[in-house]
Order: sequence, then structure tokens, then C-alpha cells
Amino acid sequence: MRKSILAAILAASCAGIVNTANAARDYIEIVGSSTVYPFSTVVAERFGRSTNFKTPKIEATGSGGGIKLFCQGVGVGFPDITNASRRMKESEFKQCMGNGVTDIVEVLIGYDGIVLGNSIKGGALNVSRKHLFLALAKQIPVEGSPGELKDNPYQKWSDIDASLPNTKIEVLGPPPTSGTRDAFVELVMESGCKSFDWLAKLKKENKNQFKALCHTIREDGVFIEAGENDNLIVQKLDANPNAYGIFGFSFLDQNADKIQGSLVDGSEPTFDAIADGDYPVSRPLYFYVKKEHIKFIPGIKEYLAEFTSNKAWGEEGYLAEKGMIPLPDDQRKAVGSDVKQLNNLVL
Amino acid sequence: MNSNKPSTIDLVNRNLQKRYRAEKRFQIFGIASIGFGLLCLLVLFTDIVSKGAGAFTSHYIQLTVNLDPDDLDITDITDESQLALADYQGVVRKALRDKFPDVKKRGDRRKLYGLVSNSAGFRLQEILKNDPEKLGEQLTLWVLADDDIDTYAKSKNDAEPFTGRLNDKQIGWVNTLLDSGEMQSRFNRVLFTSGDSREPEMAGIRGALLGSLYTLLVTLVLSFPIGVAAAVYLEEYAPKNKFTDFIEVNINNLAAVPSIIYGLLGLAIFINFFGMPRSIPLVGGLVLTLMTLPTIIISSRAAIKSVPPSIRQAALGLGASKMQVILHHVLPLAMPGMLTGAIIGMAQALGETAPLLMIGMVAFIVDIPQSIMDPATVLPVQIYLWSDSPERAFTERTSGAIIVLLAFLILMNTIAVLLRRRLERRW
Repeated sequence: MRKSILAAILAASCAGIVNTANAARDYIEIVGSSTVYPFSTVVAERFGRSTNFKTPKIEATGSGGGIKLFCQGVGVGFPDITNASRRMKESEFKQCMGNGVTDIVEVLIGYDGIVLGNSIKGGALNVSRKHLFLALAKQIPVEGSPGELKDNPYQKWSDIDASLPNTKIEVLGPPPTSGTRDAFVELVMESGCKSFDWLAKLKKENKNQFKALCHTIREDGVFIEAGENDNLIVQKLDANPNAYGIFGFSFLDQNADKIQGSLVDGSEPTFDAIADGDYPVSRPLYFYVKKEHIKFIPGIKEYLAEFTSNKAWGEEGYLAEKGMIPLPDDQRKAVGSDVKQLNNLVL
Repeated sequence: MNSNKPSTIDLVNRNLQKRYRAEKRFQIFGIASIGFGLLCLLVLFTDIVSKGAGAFTSHYIQLTVNLDPDDLDITDITDESQLALADYQGVVRKALRDKFPDVKKRGDRRKLYGLVSNSAGFRLQEILKNDPEKLGEQLTLWVLADDDIDTYAKSKNDAEPFTGRLNDKQIGWVNTLLDSGEMQSRFNRVLFTSGDSREPEMAGIRGALLGSLYTLLVTLVLSFPIGVAAAVYLEEYAPKNKFTDFIEVNINNLAAVPSIIYGLLGLAIFINFFGMPRSIPLVGGLVLTLMTLPTIIISSRAAIKSVPPSIRQAALGLGASKMQVILHHVLPLAMPGMLTGAIIGMAQALGETAPLLMIGMVAFIVDIPQSIMDPATVLPVQIYLWSDSPERAFTERTSGAIIVLLAFLILMNTIAVLLRRRLERRW
């Protein structure tokens, strides 16, 4: 009896392998950015519940990892859509082309703000990007003598500028593998760096040296890598009122009772300020669709329609409720019509 | 004998107190170590239970819904597309407006609609699908409250209630509903009957539990027979030479290899080479088989070794063949030990996430898997995904899922201990 059950299970599993090797996939496969993940999952779930299609499967592989998987080829074994918290690079686009993925539709879905926040038990911070660069860079320029650098000496915020609080600098942030970190370095560190004239000049002359100087975050314990999990950062901030954290806007939105956002360049990280572009630290969110797959994977067109419907990405749509900053009306219209006509991405 | 020299018994007596004390200290060290371990466990459990207890209840709101065909925009109940596209949300909203007729402003009404989870609409769709006769009737039913509302209602009596995303009006409505008994806390059935969701109130662990079950089934079916066969050959047949020593070293080595490496191996072999789909329990089970095999082989060999040679000799002496000795005598006697090893290996596999990351089982999957070929996640992955979600209500669900996982681990380990107690023979 036991033997026959065992044999039946084995036979069934073998039959299963043979079956799926031939059969087509009947659900959409999505990979990519962990920043876009919370938004695309909401759309996928609603799409699955309100239509007769299966719910798409979504993996958070990071923007770069997602594009790599996406560009590997055309066929059932490769993902149909990849999410990205930055635009596809030219090198990646070429790789896609090389593997036969020639028809790609790009969808810009909205913006995400990156927030420097702390516990509401502490005071709100009002910093400029220059302050943040001085607080977090490994090496900083010596005042008054262009071209010279020194190791970052600042231990207290008030050392940088008298208007800042007299507390130890302690910033929790994501590790270098994270897209949030990339965006923070690009939007905050780099622009803070450029506030020094000779460094701004250096960017034009020697881009690599400029990057090495401006993108390197200090490693003496002031900046603490807290892992990819933004919730963990929020919990640590609650426990330590003097620490600041770097995380996505949706986490500030969801934890408004515990955490407050710091003003950056005089602008508070609110929904409206990010949407208007007043708040300087925000980045675009994209996803890319493989056009060839529309023929043999059911539901891709309908998924696109759901994502670009007003009830989803509109100003009062459910994605906005989850913390995504929607596009301005005219841009949304333009992207929407591009998507409807399935216009190819050209880089 | 020299009278100045102390006799042995005096020496012993003099040192006796010291030796007793040393003995006591030695014992105290042991007790302290166990105490420390228990304390850590206690802290962990109280933390998880206190955070996760809330996950097993959720708040429901009583609504009187009028399934009016005109409001729903259904002219023909047999038409499936009409049934799918009907305006269920509108009916739910109307029911809410009827409950609070004073709310007139548009902004306030939007806040009012936010009290109820949008699962209410899906629920009405299901009701009509199962029983089309209900069209046009008036139903009184309990629908799920929105996750923010639920979190507020649960923390209402705490020192600092969670009011993060609610305004004063919403809090007022919730309190009215709670006072009138039209909002109640009930057992959270959704947690055990539905798959993952991005709305915390609709999220459940059924998909992940079934995923774990399928994955473990594949692992058990493959690793137990292979592991036992390998152990039997190595113990009973294999000659002792350099080659078998080499194999033994490698098996012990594999047991200590970090699990992520098995994930990379699985990705390279099963997915890239054999072209199996990503994220399915079959591939997960194969990878975990590779991981648990060494554990099972080692424990099975130990179990076979502990069967006294006299039993083998007696059987051989009575004319049994080598195979009969093994199948009739050695294996039944070694079975408890081998099963214990298998269960411990399974418990290890149940808690594993790292190798599954590489083969795509760390994914958002709503549909509940029906077979080992459907995409699925497993329980520890679900915990990881929830812990990473911004919504506050996922915090308690994360701990709730941990409690379920711990319960399964405790169950499996208890079975292992009981099996050993019940079946093990002492020689």
C-alpha cells in the first residue's frame, strides 16, 4: 500500500515535468526593482481579482538584476515585464537587442521620494544637500583651498553648521546594492558635492574621479548600513531619537505617527511637494514590457490597461494611496497613449 | 608509619568540603547555561507572541447591503462578464452612506468609504456567483474593516493608540460602531484561508503553507529513499578503502555547506540547464533535497551502526541472505533513528529561505498553488516578504506567521522526540 502511494507520487511528478516542458505559461511573470514591487503587486492583485486572468507572479530582484533577466531572451522561460527604479541604461538596452529582445515598451509610472527621517521624539531637521554631503562623505574639500581634500572630521551636526542641532551625526541607510542608496548618492551627495566650484568643474573634466570623490560614503561608523529592509530602519529610529534614516516615502507615509521627515533645502517631504517637484530628492519609476510576449502570454495588454487606468495611477488612484507620487496630468496622458499604441522604446 | 604524615583519609576529609563546592559550582554552571538559553527563548517567544497575537483576530463591520440590480448595473444575471464588471463597490458605499446619513461632504464621504476593506466588493461578487437568486435581496453581512481601522481598533486601549493615517472623524465613526456593537473583533479566518495580498486585512498564509507542504513532500519523497539507500550501502556493503573514506569526508563536508550554494546549484542545473520554470515547489523540493541528503545519510548511518552485530550474525546463522538481513532485521530496528534524522532534516528544510531566493520562490504570489508545478512561496519567505512591507498591519501578521511556523517546527520536533522514545530499543 505504502509502496503504491510512493510510486503514484513519483509518477505524477514525472508526468508533471513532461507536461509543463511543453505547455505555455498562463500567468504573467514580472521581475525587477524592490521599490516598484509594492506598487506593481497592488496592481497585479487587483488585476487578478477583477479579471479571469491569473494573478501575475512578481519577484523583487532589484532593478539591475531584473533587467538582466528580462534581456536574456524571448520565450516562455523569460520574464515578460521588468520593474526599474531608474531608466534602462544604454548598455542594457544593447544587451537586450543582442539577445533578440528588440521590441520593448517603456512605461513611466510615477515618482518616489527618498526621505531623511527621524523619530518624532526628536526635533525636525532642516538641512541642505550640502550639509548632508559634508555629514556623510568620506572625504570633504578643505575650505578655501580648491583641489585639497581631508578626511571627514565632523562628528556633530552643529560642527557643520551652527543652525543644526548639537547632536551626534548618526545616519542609518541602505547598503550599496540598493536602488534607494544609488538614488540617494546621485540626488543628494552629488548635488551637495557640486556646490563646491572646483568639484563641479571636475565633473566635466574627469567624471570618474568626480564620482570617486562624491559618491563615497564615510565608513567610520557615522553612516550605518542597516540593510535593505526599510521597516527595520523605521524601528531603529523609533528606538533611538537621535538617529536619522534614509528610506522611501511610502514608509514615512505609513509610519507618520512615529517618524517625521527632515526638510531638505527648505522643502518638507510631503505628497504634494514631491509631486510638484519642490522636494529635491525624488526619482522616476518605470516598467518595461516585452512586446513579443503579448502574443503568447495571456493578459499582458489587460495588465497594462489596469496599470495605466485612472483608478490605479491617477491622482486619487490606489497607487497614490500606497505612497506612489503620480505623474502630472499631461505627462500621464502622453505616457498613457504611448502605452496604448505600444510604441517601442528608443534609447 | 610516620605519625607526622597525615593519613589518606584525613587528606580526603580535609579536601572534601572543597570538592563538594567544586561539584556544586560545576552543576551551577550547567544550570546557568540552560537558564540563559531558556531566558533567551522566553524573551523571543513573548516578543513574538505579544506582537503577533493580534494577527489572529480582525475587526468586522456589519453592513446592510441592498443587492439592487440597477445599482449593480446587472441586467442579466447569467451573463458572466456583467457579473465580473458590476459595481459592487458602489453598493457597499451606499450601505455605508445609509449607516451614516449625516455625512454629506465629498471629502468626508471618501474617508467614510475608507472604513471598509475593498474585499467587501469581491465578497459580494462571490455571493452572487454562488447564488444568483440573491440578486435584488437585502443582505446583512459582516465585512472586513480596512487595515488602518483594524489597527486603530486593536490599539484603542493602549497608551498610544495608532492613529497614523486616520482623521478625527474616522476615529469618531469607529468608536460609534464599536459602542453600538456593529463593529466586532472576530477570529481572523482570512489568515488561514487566503493567499498573499498587498492589503493586510486580506492577506493570508494558505498559499505559503501549501507551498511549504508541496516543497517538503518533494523533498521527503526524494531524500528519504535516496539517503537510506546510500546509508545502507555505505554501512553494510561498501569496502573500507580510500575511496569510501573520500565519500565519507565529502558527505560530512556537504552537511556544512551554506544553503545558498545549493540554491545557486539548483539555479544552474534545474532552471538553466533542464529549463524548468522558476518559482515552483518541484524545483524548491529538488534543491532542498540536495540540502537535506547529507543530514539524512549521516543520521541513517548512525542508526544502522547502532544495531548490534549479534542480530546480523544470528540472522545470517539461520540462513538469511545479506539482503534479507538488512530488509527484515537491520532496517526495521534502525527505522526510528532514520525517521528522527529525516524529520530533523525536514524541519531544517521548512525553515530555509536562502536557496529558494535563487530559484525565484521569493515572489509575490496571490493564487493558491494547486500542485507542485504551480508557482508558490513557502512560509519563511512569506514572513520575510511581509516584514519588508510598509503597511503597519503587516507587522503583526509577520509575527502571526512566525507563530504558525514555530508551531509547525515544534510539532515536527516533538514527533521526532516521541518517535525516538516510543520505538527506540535499548540493547
